[in-house]
Amino acid sequence: MASIRVVHYLNQFFGQIGGEEKADIVPFSKEGPVGPGTALVQALDGDMEIVGTVICGDTYFNENLEAATEKVIALIAGFRPDLLIAGPAFNAGRYGMACGAVCTAVQERLKIPVVTGMYEENPGADMYKKQIYIVKTGNSAAQMRKAIPALARLAGKLARGEVMGSPAEEGYLARGIRRNVFHEQRGSARAVAMLLKKLQGEPFDTEYPMPVFDRVTPRPAIKDLSKAKIALVTSGGIVPKGNPDRIESSSASKFGRYDLSGINDLDENTFETAHGGYDPVYANQDADRVLPVDVMRQLEKEGVIGRLHNIYYATVGNGTSVANAKKYAHAIGEELKQEKVDGIILTST
Amino acid sequence: MQLELGNILVKDVQWGSRSEIRKGVVYVNRQELLDTLKDDRLARIDIDIVRPGDAVRICPVKDVLEPRVKVEGKGQVFPGFFGNAEMVGSGKTNVLKGMTVLTVGKIVGFQEGIIDMSGSGAEYTPFSRTINLVLLCDQADGLPQHEHEEAVRMAGLKATRYISQLAANVTPDESVTFATKPLAQQMAEFSGLPKVAYVYMLQTQGLMHDTYLYGLDVKKILPTFLYPTEVMDGAVISGNCVSACDKNTTYHHMNNPVIADLLARHGQDLNFIGVVATNENVTLLDKERSSNFTAKLVESLGVEGVIISEEGFGNPDADLIMNCRKIEALGIKTILITDEYAGRDGASQSLADGNPLANAVVSGGNANAVIELPPMPKVIGYIDAVEIIAGGFDGALKKDGSITVEIQAITGATNELGFNRMGALEF
Repeated sequence: MASIRVVHYLNQFFGQIGGEEKADIVPFSKEGPVGPGTALVQALDGDMEIVGTVICGDTYFNENLEAATEKVIALIAGFRPDLLIAGPAFNAGRYGMACGAVCTAVQERLKIPVVTGMYEENPGADMYKKQIYIVKTGNSAAQMRKAIPALARLAGKLARGEVMGSPAEEGYLARGIRRNVFHEQRGSARAVAMLLKKLQGEPFDTEYPMPVFDRVTPRPAIKDLSKAKIALVTSGGIVPKGNPDRIESSSASKFGRYDLSGINDLDENTFETAHGGYDPVYANQDADRVLPVDVMRQLEKEGVIGRLHNIYYATVGNGTSVANAKKYAHAIGEELKQEKVDGIILTST
Repeated sequence: MQLELGNILVKDVQWGSRSEIRKGVVYVNRQELLDTLKDDRLARIDIDIVRPGDAVRICPVKDVLEPRVKVEGKGQVFPGFFGNAEMVGSGKTNVLKGMTVLTVGKIVGFQEGIIDMSGSGAEYTPFSRTINLVLLCDQADGLPQHEHEEAVRMAGLKATRYISQLAANVTPDESVTFATKPLAQQMAEFSGLPKVAYVYMLQTQGLMHDTYLYGLDVKKILPTFLYPTEVMDGAVISGNCVSACDKNTTYHHMNNPVIADLLARHGQDLNFIGVVATNENVTLLDKERSSNFTAKLVESLGVEGVIISEEGFGNPDADLIMNCRKIEALGIKTILITDEYAGRDGASQSLADGNPLANAVVSGGNANAVIELPPMPKVIGYIDAVEIIAGGFDGALKKDGSITVEIQAITGATNELGFNRMGALEF
């Protein structure tokens, strides 16, 4: 007795409507499996049933992205599914984009697990692999016989909410999530083995491929500093004594904004560092060493700068993920922009 | 230089009226040990024994050490602290295997760690699998932080030395010999095997971030050459807790797994020429100077490849990448061991610096991963610290005594010497 209701998404070709000449066909649905769906039914666990198939032309989908997505979602929702399978799309670019977009939207809106399959160079794979599970397939429909069991297996796991293994174990495209595992060998032994391979010119797998780093283009220089409003922002953890916002000593989950009105000098009775990544003794003695309020007030007095913005922002850079740091930077930047600040001095540790 | 390590397999550690070792059991006269540790800077010292499986949490942990004593050969273990910086690493050394001396006490900075002897946290720290003699040391009122750190560090060294001396006349259960030769001779050995070295980066960023080599603050060294066996006699000791997860405790240094695993294949698959110890200072000039010297020294050793281990994260990522880049530029292959700060969801980039030449990396795991630790009936130390140590946060400690923290708060969890089996992979 089938209990898991599966809907299958296909394009016009695999939906058996026609080739390129039918690529502008609008979304419609059929009861039960169609085309590769019949093979999929065989491969799926006995308690899973393809209750319906939604078919849409690739050209129509990609040229009417929003409208097509809405229509497809409505058709899928009509089957009251527990799981969506799309494709596999192999190396068909527009089909891959459609499968990725449909899966992502269904996952988000209908809150059910989704899975699709693609060749890893399909543009849809790059676009959607971080959001959804994409089973790695060959580059053409000739690989259908290999792709179907892999897709069915992952669908079963997802439908049951089972713990997902690694991309290598499960056959999906890596999603950019770093997860801890226990290897057979300790790290040092893995390092020695990797060294020997590298020395012998044999292939080896790095455990962490280097990321591509952002580079920020500097803004043009401020023309007249003497009229400029300058703000201080620090990742060095300088906070009012007692750390009122409880900013973490490492892996900060927040930033704080603090008033500098009437403050000309930071001292050990009023400010301290919350940062756990450097010797705090000297910053605690005189927090101006990390957040130079005293010097800024002096420059203000001398007319070198127009004035110091009365709010400063602080977080802890120590162990804080780049994604979080970016988020705080955008939020702080927005606020400073609204305050018509002309320039920011960023200090670290 | 040749060193024979004689392992005495410790079956248990117990209190006794006399400090001695009988049939693999280490008996400790508590009062005598306390007297040895007397220091005006420490207002309170307490000692406890914990064993694998105990329902005990220790926090905030500062350092972990292994008792070793010289039986033959020059010098003393922990040279520079004891025995006048005589060169160590040759002769015979007895090791009390299976036990540690562990220091805990009021928090100095933010970087101290948690060790759980049982429960979900236990599998992340190697020290849940050893019998630990735990020294709880609290500082005298008003003691400045730098002296606080030093006083507790010295208590750990002194207690470890006291225990180790009990092993001087005990016949080891097993022994193993390690040997490397002076440079010119070692280079001529094992024709046809690739010559390799180990670049040993040591954390040197200031209070709670220092390391000592023959008693010298490593901030002040230029990169230097060591025989692998010197480290086994305690030539390198820890004065730091970067974050607990990727701090190399003194125990890690004495049992450096990179050195052990290179020696295991020495003469079989490779020719291990020696160790280049370097630092991780805070200024750019220091970083440039140290990485330039490291690359020069590696080049002068005539090796074809190196393993580079990092200690800490963030700022030292810059030192790691400089070392990698400059050594690769000489045509020498590099393998890096690091850990990751990829965010709690694992979706962020893991390092603060990178380079396409760093194409062979071993990961000790994502330190930001979150873990729930169950309540423990017994706590040695100060549990409130979990809210402010690196990896903890406001609200980390629940009313029932359970704790939610990032694994960076667990001592040794993501060790960058490759001590553990854990690592991170892309999912």
